[in-house]
Amino acid sequence: MTPATLATRHTQALLGALGRLVRAPLATVLTLLVIGLALTLPAALGMLVRNAESATGRLGRAVDMSVYLRSSVPLARARQLAVEARAVHGVARVQVISAAAGLRQFRKYSGFGAALNALPSNPLPNVLRIVPQPRSSGAAALEQLQRTFARWPEVSMVQLDAQWVMRFDAMLAVLHRLVSIAAILFGAGVLAVIGNTIRLEILNRRAEIEVTKLVGGSNAFVRRPFLYTGMIYGLGGALLAWLVLEGAVLDLRAPVAHLAQLYGSTFTLSGLKGRDLAALFGGGMTLGWLGAWISAHRHLRGIEPRA
Amino acid sequence: MIQFERVSKRYPNGREALNNVGFFVGRGELVFITGRSGAGKSTLLKLIALLERPTRGTVSVNGHSIGALQVRHIPAFRRQIGMVFQDHKLLADRPVFDNVALPLVVAGAPLKEIDKRVRAALDQVGLLGKERMLPVELSVGEQQRVGIARAIVGKPPIIVADEPTGNLDPDLALEVMRLFKRFSEVGVTVLVATHDLHVVREFVGREIILANGQLTAGGTEPLPSLIASR
Repeated sequence: MTPATLATRHTQALLGALGRLVRAPLATVLTLLVIGLALTLPAALGMLVRNAESATGRLGRAVDMSVYLRSSVPLARARQLAVEARAVHGVARVQVISAAAGLRQFRKYSGFGAALNALPSNPLPNVLRIVPQPRSSGAAALEQLQRTFARWPEVSMVQLDAQWVMRFDAMLAVLHRLVSIAAILFGAGVLAVIGNTIRLEILNRRAEIEVTKLVGGSNAFVRRPFLYTGMIYGLGGALLAWLVLEGAVLDLRAPVAHLAQLYGSTFTLSGLKGRDLAALFGGGMTLGWLGAWISAHRHLRGIEPRA
Repeated sequence: MIQFERVSKRYPNGREALNNVGFFVGRGELVFITGRSGAGKSTLLKLIALLERPTRGTVSVNGHSIGALQVRHIPAFRRQIGMVFQDHKLLADRPVFDNVALPLVVAGAPLKEIDKRVRAALDQVGLLGKERMLPVELSVGEQQRVGIARAIVGKPPIIVADEPTGNLDPDLALEVMRLFKRFSEVGVTVLVATHDLHVVREFVGREIILANGQLTAGGTEPLPSLIASR
């Protein structure tokens, strides 16, 4: 068989499979719904985790460290230290907040202006505001930075609220695991649904399969349309899952943005993209093909022509 | 072309369908296999098409023993044999064209060739112009001829027909047999199992008679000329 003929055969098998699905629209839609919804759950969880990661990534950038210098350290030395701090691995930016500037801000925002005026001298130390690089804004990296600065002799204390970042990281780890479990469980479900659908289809077309084998159709030839049917189911299910998720994102985007805004973030919800989207479609198609193959392998063997 | 050597077939239920049967059929021969129902005619044809395997003995087709043929080679082997059945075994939901084209499609023939050869086969059985009809829209005789067109479309060297005239009135039966006669005249080996003795007597053809799974007449030893030609 030449490659061109083989391509024609595959096209025919594909079109034949599509034709059969279209001719039984209700059954097809119901099956697609089951597969689509089964794929939606793990995909939705995955999307949630991705969004959470990106949200903390942004918040991580907002997580900065206040490095309080000893009050004996003069401003000039503070500026030198800022230059050294900038060279530390994982640091994105360093801002020197001089004692005077600190006092101005405090006066402006605290409402203790009058009381401060009564003080004989500025009680505030010079402060370095350290902004970590995004990839160093994980809990462990932040703590590492904190320890580094705390060891400097000019530093009196480093303030960092890393607890919530760590908790969030741990929560994300749990969610990641949950996504894997859901993907396995629902993937097995999709496999079973497609396998069973193909089994029924094979039994329905038993006579046709027998005749095809009688005139010399090989197992590969007989199996091909069923494999395409499985792949179409998988692909259609993935498409459905994607549409559901896009709809959900569209619906949730405004309230989520509002929530983020209340936390002072510009975070916006995003749908599946790039590799995740490819994984959904590739996974759906692979599951469809695999389910059909297992079913066809099991059930086609039993159908031998009995003239 | 086809040789049976001491072939016996016992089904799992214990029924002995064939018992020590031996015969030889040369290229281009038209052979009728007759006998009562249950005499083993169908089993004999099934052994040729590898729909069953013999319990004992050797079946050779085209000079090769087919007993050792691996399962994955069976499809290619079956494409060399055109089979006609009493119940046609047509696909009810496919038009005549698709039914006849099936052996070419599974063999991977190019579409143009399929189109040409299906028309040629339908022309031979007198059904040209009915390509788009469904089998149910045809008469029983026409359906049987669609089955024959499907059997010959791949130009197989061997045609086996199991009671091809079983459901046909005598005129139609004769017509179908004349078709088989014509195929044998162009070199196709044709085996027809039938209990329709009237029809058989109309033709000059060898008759292999089976009774209770045993060959009672018609099994000839291979002739030297036939051995040379196989």
